Amino acid sequence: MQNNVNKYLRSEKLPHIWCPGCGNGIVLGAITRAFGLLDCDQDNTVVVSGIGCSSRATGYLDFCTLHTTHGRALAFATGIKMARPELKVFVLMGDGDSTGIGGNHFIHAARRNIDLTAIIFNNSIYGMTGGQSSPLSPLNSRATTAPQGTFERPFDLAELARGAGATYVARGTTYHANMLTQLIRNGADHKGFSVVEAVTACPISYGRRNKMGNGYDMLLWQKEHSVPVEKARKLTPLEMEGKFAIGELYKADAPEFTDIYERFIEEKQKKNEEERHRGVN
Amino acid sequence: MNDVAQLARLMQGNEAIVEGALAAGLRFFAGYPITPSTEISELLAARLPLYGGRFIQMEDEMASMAAIIGASLAGLKSLTATSGPGFSLKQENIGFASMAEVPCVVVNVQRHGPSTGIPTAPAQGDVMQARWGTHGDHPAIALCPASVQESYSLTVEAFNFAEKYRTPVILLTDEVIGHMRERVILPQPDKLNVIDRKKPPAGLEKYYPYRPGEDGVPAMADFCENYRFHVTGLVHDESGFPTTDADVAEKLIRRLNNKIMDNLDDIVLSESWLTKDADIIIVAYGAVSRSAKKAIKEARVAGFKVGLFRPITIWPFPEKEIAVLSRQAHTMIVPEMNLGQLKLEVERAASGRSRVIGVNKVNGELITPGEILDAIIKQ
Ligand SMILES: Cc1ncc(C[n+]2csc(CCOP(=O)(O)OP(=O)(O)O)c2C)c(N)n1
Ligand code: SF4
Repeated sequence: MQNNVNKYLRSEKLPHIWCPGCGNGIVLGAITRAFGLLDCDQDNTVVVSGIGCSSRATGYLDFCTLHTTHGRALAFATGIKMARPELKVFVLMGDGDSTGIGGNHFIHAARRNIDLTAIIFNNSIYGMTGGQSSPLSPLNSRATTAPQGTFERPFDLAELARGAGATYVARGTTYHANMLTQLIRNGADHKGFSVVEAVTACPISYGRRNKMGNGYDMLLWQKEHSVPVEKARKLTPLEMEGKFAIGELYKADAPEFTDIYERFIEEKQKKNEEERHRGVN
Repeated sequence: MNDVAQLARLMQGNEAIVEGALAAGLRFFAGYPITPSTEISELLAARLPLYGGRFIQMEDEMASMAAIIGASLAGLKSLTATSGPGFSLKQENIGFASMAEVPCVVVNVQRHGPSTGIPTAPAQGDVMQARWGTHGDHPAIALCPASVQESYSLTVEAFNFAEKYRTPVILLTDEVIGHMRERVILPQPDKLNVIDRKKPPAGLEKYYPYRPGEDGVPAMADFCENYRFHVTGLVHDESGFPTTDADVAEKLIRRLNNKIMDNLDDIVLSESWLTKDADIIIVAYGAVSRSAKKAIKEARVAGFKVGLFRPITIWPFPEKEIAVLSRQAHTMIVPEMNLGQLKLEVERAASGRSRVIGVNKVNGELITPGEILDAIIKQ
């Protein structure tokens, strides 16, 4: 599989810009391995990203890639997918990018159930700008803009996605890199809006400030705080406190947006043609 | 019935924009409702599918702007339409389109402001926003129609400039022109000059998406057509990848500006009317230029030597033309529905050779011929 995977990377662009111990490389690895499992066609796939450390990933992937503005990646991707529904479109975002500035685009992409695969690098912080709190920062966690700890309740990204209408919702971690690969693969195979949350570590802007140790310690933290979803379903809220479920959290079949629109265009054109023949126009 | 008679129609300015866009090859529209631009969305929702085109109502103006850039990169001619507050929201991604050189057209049917202002009332307060609305040094092309007929033809022109120069182009119209109804003659589609983006040949060993041709404009491949490439709003080299190299940045930003500023003869459109012997020149654009024409007719009867200069392209500003006129006119009068935005440019171009006087109104009403006539008589 190794060779199969390297072709998805722009190896001449490596080494990457991420800090030592950063989890983004593991997520990128999972994405490329998922491409391998999908036998992804590089000439019919577009990868879009927003702005943030994680969103730099598009620079390393050998596809048509689009590095957009902060928070707007899903809106750019919607334009691409609508223009060319036959293309596979992946959207890589940070937690701040997708749920802060881009929160509105996120819920509306989910509402439309447009066939995009959103992969969210959740490091609980605004990494690129140096560690400000994000809508996914855990309550009471420290950030440069929350020196005493955050007062705001965070989103549960998966619940948000599901509530807004996403039809595939999964969560993985960089500790469980193989599982993450599978989740991304399944998300991409799913027709509709798929959300894969990748819990990752930012030792520099988050870990240090929250005394979580280095990148390795943070990986162990992910191992200790995650519970496979099958098991999580059997636990009480009290038993799940401070923990999070990983795996495929939600999956549903629902009409997909570009499909519906393509059918609408066809019908409208057909009807128009018939009317022209009958001289109605 | 001859062809021309068949194609003469009564329509609204906003409707003419829709017709012009479709004739120019529009295949993707994304927008968010706002008065007085909404008819453009509504008409395209119904019309685009007939052409195999796509319409989407996005969640806001930022998303609409983003979506048309995405669709344009995927190969479709793309449009969004809005008014004042929505135009402000689009600015960040207009900057992206400028930096990433993505052709697209943005219609701004100007309305009263600042902020929500008088939503249904006309104004021309977005002149500077059309030029400097997004951050950084970027080129701008903005066209100002003064009739329904021109709403049609300048929409086609806007697409042509967008495609030719790989840049966002703004159609800066106003509520009066957008909503009024006039007779329009639609040219036969095969008589229309429609320009498409320059594409790189297939089979290049390596495609440089940002290597300019002689005209300063790089050839543009569609996503997933023949080449794989990267697009970013960061400063990038010719391969499209980011760099912080000072020389590359300087060269890129200058090229983006120069590809427009070196082609003023192609881009700058204007109308001169009764200016030959004029010693007073009215400089007016959009709806106000119509009041100006009426005022000029009456002033001529009263013996004033007065003419009209109408910038059709207001960005880049027709500096050369104004400079020439400033050598013959002792006075230039600039009536605008704002507190003097274009007047500043006229002053700059006239460089003290003519007196420049503003006739300004910001109450949501069109400037009347009488108000312009008064200003002429006072000279
Ligand atoms: C409109 C706008 N606002 C703010 C910024 C500054 N900014 C750049 S990256 C970033 C946060 C990124 O955080 P996140 O999305 O969580 O990604 P990470 O860097 O952690 O991967 C911000 C606020 C920007 N580029 N554009
Ligand atoms: S700041 Fe954090 S997220 Fe960004 S590269 Fe460094 S470790 Fe990774």
